[in-house]
Amino acid sequence: MRRRSLVTAGLLLPLAARVVSAAPAATPVTPALIDAATKEGKVTYYTAMDLSVAEPMARTFEAKYPGIKVTVERSGAERVFSRIGQEMGSKIYRVDVVNSSDAAHFIFWKRQGWLAPFVSTEMARDLPAEMLDADGLFCNQRTHLSAIAYNTKLIPPEDAPKGFMDLLQPKYAGKLVKGHPGYSGTIMTATQQIARELGWSYFEKLAKQKVLQVQSATEPPKRLEAGERGVAVDGSDYLFWMAKERGLPIEVVLAVEGTPQISNPMGIFKSSPNPNAARLLVSWIMSGEGQSFIVNLSGQYPANTQVKPKPGRPVLSQVKTFKEDPAAVEQQADQIKAQYAKYFKV
Amino acid sequence: MTAKAPRLFDVSRPVLIAVAALLAILIALPMGWLIVTSFSTKDGQATLGNFVTLFTDPSFLDPLLATLLLSVSVSVICCAVAAPMGWLVARTDMPLSRTVRTLVMASLVTPPFVGAVAWEMLAAPNSGLLNQLWRLITGAPDDEALFDIYTFEGLIFAIACYTFPYVFILVANALDRMPGELEDASSMLGARTWATARRITVPLALPTLLAGALVAFLQTLNQFGSPAILAIPAGFHTLTTKIWSLFQFPPKPELASAAALPLLVLTVALLRAQSLVLGRRGYAVLGGKYGAPRLIRLGPWRWPAVGLALFVLSLPLFLPYAALLNTAFSKVSSQLITPQTFTLHNVVFTFGELSSTLPALQNTFVLATATATVGGLLALLIAYIVARRAVVGHRVLAFLATAPLAIPGIVLGVGLFLAYTRPPLTLYGTLWILLIAFVTIELPAAYQQLGSAFHSVHPELEEAGRMLGATRLRTLKDITAPLLRSAAIATWCFVFVGVIRELSAAVILFTSETKVLSVLIFDLKESGDVGAIAVLSLTMVILTTVVIVIANRIGGSVRLTSRVAG
Repeated sequence: MRRRSLVTAGLLLPLAARVVSAAPAATPVTPALIDAATKEGKVTYYTAMDLSVAEPMARTFEAKYPGIKVTVERSGAERVFSRIGQEMGSKIYRVDVVNSSDAAHFIFWKRQGWLAPFVSTEMARDLPAEMLDADGLFCNQRTHLSAIAYNTKLIPPEDAPKGFMDLLQPKYAGKLVKGHPGYSGTIMTATQQIARELGWSYFEKLAKQKVLQVQSATEPPKRLEAGERGVAVDGSDYLFWMAKERGLPIEVVLAVEGTPQISNPMGIFKSSPNPNAARLLVSWIMSGEGQSFIVNLSGQYPANTQVKPKPGRPVLSQVKTFKEDPAAVEQQADQIKAQYAKYFKV
Repeated sequence: MTAKAPRLFDVSRPVLIAVAALLAILIALPMGWLIVTSFSTKDGQATLGNFVTLFTDPSFLDPLLATLLLSVSVSVICCAVAAPMGWLVARTDMPLSRTVRTLVMASLVTPPFVGAVAWEMLAAPNSGLLNQLWRLITGAPDDEALFDIYTFEGLIFAIACYTFPYVFILVANALDRMPGELEDASSMLGARTWATARRITVPLALPTLLAGALVAFLQTLNQFGSPAILAIPAGFHTLTTKIWSLFQFPPKPELASAAALPLLVLTVALLRAQSLVLGRRGYAVLGGKYGAPRLIRLGPWRWPAVGLALFVLSLPLFLPYAALLNTAFSKVSSQLITPQTFTLHNVVFTFGELSSTLPALQNTFVLATATATVGGLLALLIAYIVARRAVVGHRVLAFLATAPLAIPGIVLGVGLFLAYTRPPLTLYGTLWILLIAFVTIELPAAYQQLGSAFHSVHPELEEAGRMLGATRLRTLKDITAPLLRSAAIATWCFVFVGVIRELSAAVILFTSETKVLSVLIFDLKESGDVGAIAVLSLTMVILTTVVIVIANRIGGSVRLTSRVAG
């Protein structure tokens, strides 16, 4: 998976070409850093990751570094983006560490000069180059997919869709649930990829299938679990897998056309009120320990090469994925939202 | 009587000026910015473009029309349900009528957005508990549903559930006060029960019903939470959710302001209409003392009537709370709790892992206490000045204190956002801006309650104090305050409860550090964490109920009237 990574083509190269690369020297996690972080005593982590993963991860960090309280501010990545924009515009400096499922946000934040460079020793050693911003302003925390999935109690496996085009069949009308690109970064990223690969006409037709429209990419898995709809058009794949592993009747479909791939960059804000705790949190999340925690609990694909992906999950390099293109998402975001609202009415 | 008498020192005039100025700033600043912004381009040039967009772009026009249709439908349904209910409770010998009254009041404690989430659990087409039950009984196939809450009709229903209590209270109170003699006269002249009802009772109650319809219309017009929860999955926007969506990045405050203005104008116009309608109510109670209204005997219909009332109450109260309890303690929200599926996971997650829970509880508690105290004192001061006509110009105060009634929560939110994200007072991001919002929102109700309380304290008592040489403030402290104690406590609790349920202004004004409970619940809805929502909603309602019970103990009955925050 090291080779095929995402961030390479789309996100980092165009930027690296534009600015003179100035990766900061790698920072070790020293007792002095831990002391300074403990003195700050808290760190605020804005993320789009599902609470069932983000909160236990925060508690684990707190157990490792007693005296530092992690506040998780979770909402859909597009709302995280709005919130940060609004707070920065009003000179409210709250965010320490941010992690988005819409990699395009980091292009914007980098251009605004809002990010602080930071690379830990472990990150410098264990992250493939394409997982790190050339200027060390952010790194990819983990990768997931926006997958199709279905509830086997409602849809027998022989009736299950094989890919996106199948979802347009009349038999799926009224049985679909999907997230919204205006709230979710995963869905925003996926929508750009699907529209590029299958055309906007695909969404125009999909909108006529009486889709249950939810907001975050974390909600379709929960609707599927509850049996509210038989098929999820999109959604964070790790939540489908986690539900399946809990014994719920859920199967993941890797679409024949290809599956949208989502990187989840993470960075530290320059205006961070707790810069040391922020650095400590980022280095821990990117360390073997932090990455293992994410992988063991959720099975998302790690960025750290020292950590093996979760057994039993599809091997990322063997999944037919759509190419991620954050630069295009950054340019098209408003247009994507408007086009989407035109078809889906919200 | 007092204004002209010379005094050595009386602080009433400076107090009046200060209070009037404060109120003017509270209201005029956000509304001024709202109006200015709605006529501005992004760069601050004057334009009518925002309104052109508003009335021509289908993505604005559709929500506008949907909102109007929604409001009309809800107010019709509310009247259709509340009028017979109110009549049964007030004018018939229906058993349990006191209990029914209390329970309708209790349903008002539920924030409408919590009710909407609970109704998703009950009536989502496939996972909804009621639909599952229906399929179980009838053997209908998996993809058939009796109810679908994710429709326009579903939204009408969910809003009506939590709006009809307002109409009910108005109607029941009016029927309580209606003189029995007119009806007696009618029946003595030979009219049968139904003819009397048709020719006497209904015409007398009609103005109240019309006022109730307007209240329901306004509540729906300005409601944010329920549409945000039910309309978006159903694939449409109302005006309030559209305004909210305009705060997505990059925020478009110009368009949001323009979209907020119709809400403001419509609300002002309808309140004006309401006061005209209610102004006519007086003729029902002209002339002397009347006997208590005569109760109509329902005979064999007594128990069906109770059944009907309890059925209506199951919609806002019994069923939603059963669903919330089920979700709170069940592994999968769409399955009924059994010993195998019972879990404390949601409680442990909400209070043990979710890092926003405690800050949100704390913020909510601080804001509710502060708003109740500041707002209560302000309302007390205004009510005193107005009731005692303490200074020339007191009417201005009465007007200013009730004016926020005409400002929908989300409109106030937008206005305050515009006013306090710029110098000189950059309050956005602090609890102060939320305090200002909540005080403004709660002031009219608090003022109305305390105002009527002041009318029950005769001025003679104060005049005696002043004749004995006490200043006005001293009189207030030693004589009036003790007499008003219970009303003041009731008002305090009323405001406290109102703040806890407020969502529509808070959702515009919160920042991550100033998140309140209602906003946290709303955020959890976005990610679909219904277990945590159920736990937090129940916590919120328990907290609210405790406050109301204490209020009832200390301060007599708390009247839940006027406005809903949602």
